[in-house]
Amino acid sequence: MNFETILFYFFAASTVFSALRVITARNPLHSVMFLVLAFVSSAGIWLLLEAEFLAIALVLVYVGAVMVLFLFVVMMLDINIEKLRKDFLQWLPAGALLATLIVVQMTFVLGDKSVSTGLTAAKHAADYSNTKEIGRLIYTDYVYPFELAAVLLLVAMVAAIALTFRRRRDSKRQDVSWQVNVKRNDRVRIISMPATKKNNGNGADEAHAAD
Amino acid sequence: MTSSLDLSHFLVLGAVLFAISIVGIFLNRKNLIVLLMAIELMLLAVNTNFIAFSHYLNDVHGQIFVFFILTVAAAEAAIGLAILVVLFRNLRTIDVDDLGTLKG
Repeated sequence: MNFETILFYFFAASTVFSALRVITARNPLHSVMFLVLAFVSSAGIWLLLEAEFLAIALVLVYVGAVMVLFLFVVMMLDINIEKLRKDFLQWLPAGALLATLIVVQMTFVLGDKSVSTGLTAAKHAADYSNTKEIGRLIYTDYVYPFELAAVLLLVAMVAAIALTFRRRRDSKRQDVSWQVNVKRNDRVRIISMPATKKNNGNGADEAHAAD
Repeated sequence: MTSSLDLSHFLVLGAVLFAISIVGIFLNRKNLIVLLMAIELMLLAVNTNFIAFSHYLNDVHGQIFVFFILTVAAAEAAIGLAILVVLFRNLRTIDVDDLGTLKG
């Protein structure tokens, strides 16, 4: 058992343990934290598979952005955990049966040595760059899907903002377009009235009162 | 020295992760936010499989797939959480059983 295998079992145990805690934790906040741990340990597994760029992207994008988003939402919502935990174990037998079936089937098919015979990972030179290789493919063969992914992210951003944006009724704010589009007649009203003669030194009000 | 790790180790790990998240969907069928987290775990299992195949078949295209899956999953998580927030604002609950108002 070499060092790589020990690392694999360490990261795999950590991933499986934290995945189990994600689904069983009482507090959703703990679920999010264990999901972060699951992602970080998986990034370790991906590093063992020499996918360095994606491992770092997983930590930066997932742990750094998506999980923080989850954390914000969990903290924002004031939920009644007891009500959501009612009948928690009701469907455990069915779920456990299904999961065992999946794992046993997959282990029969994939755990068989014949699946992985003849497949040996290439030994890369020390100056081999995973990032360069991915970048070369993305900007040549996959440039069109790459642009589409960017548009997808833009659409997702606009959709998320449009869904959650709430205009407050009671706030005093400037409406710039209304200010710019204002017409002269909205602000100034010119009325015609007969001219009145002004006495010397006295105001117009007095002249008016004299009438 | 050849590594004693092979493809099946990683594939079985992916299968175990996927099964755990299926059990998670069964257990937390009321709590919408943990359901979303279970879906993230499923995507993680699938991505691990993709990367394992990509490594052992010496083909970088599998990692490009993972790249796009990560993009779509990030968009999905953002929109899903936005819908969740709007839902909670209107109904004051995230219990899946209470979300049957569209039912005829």
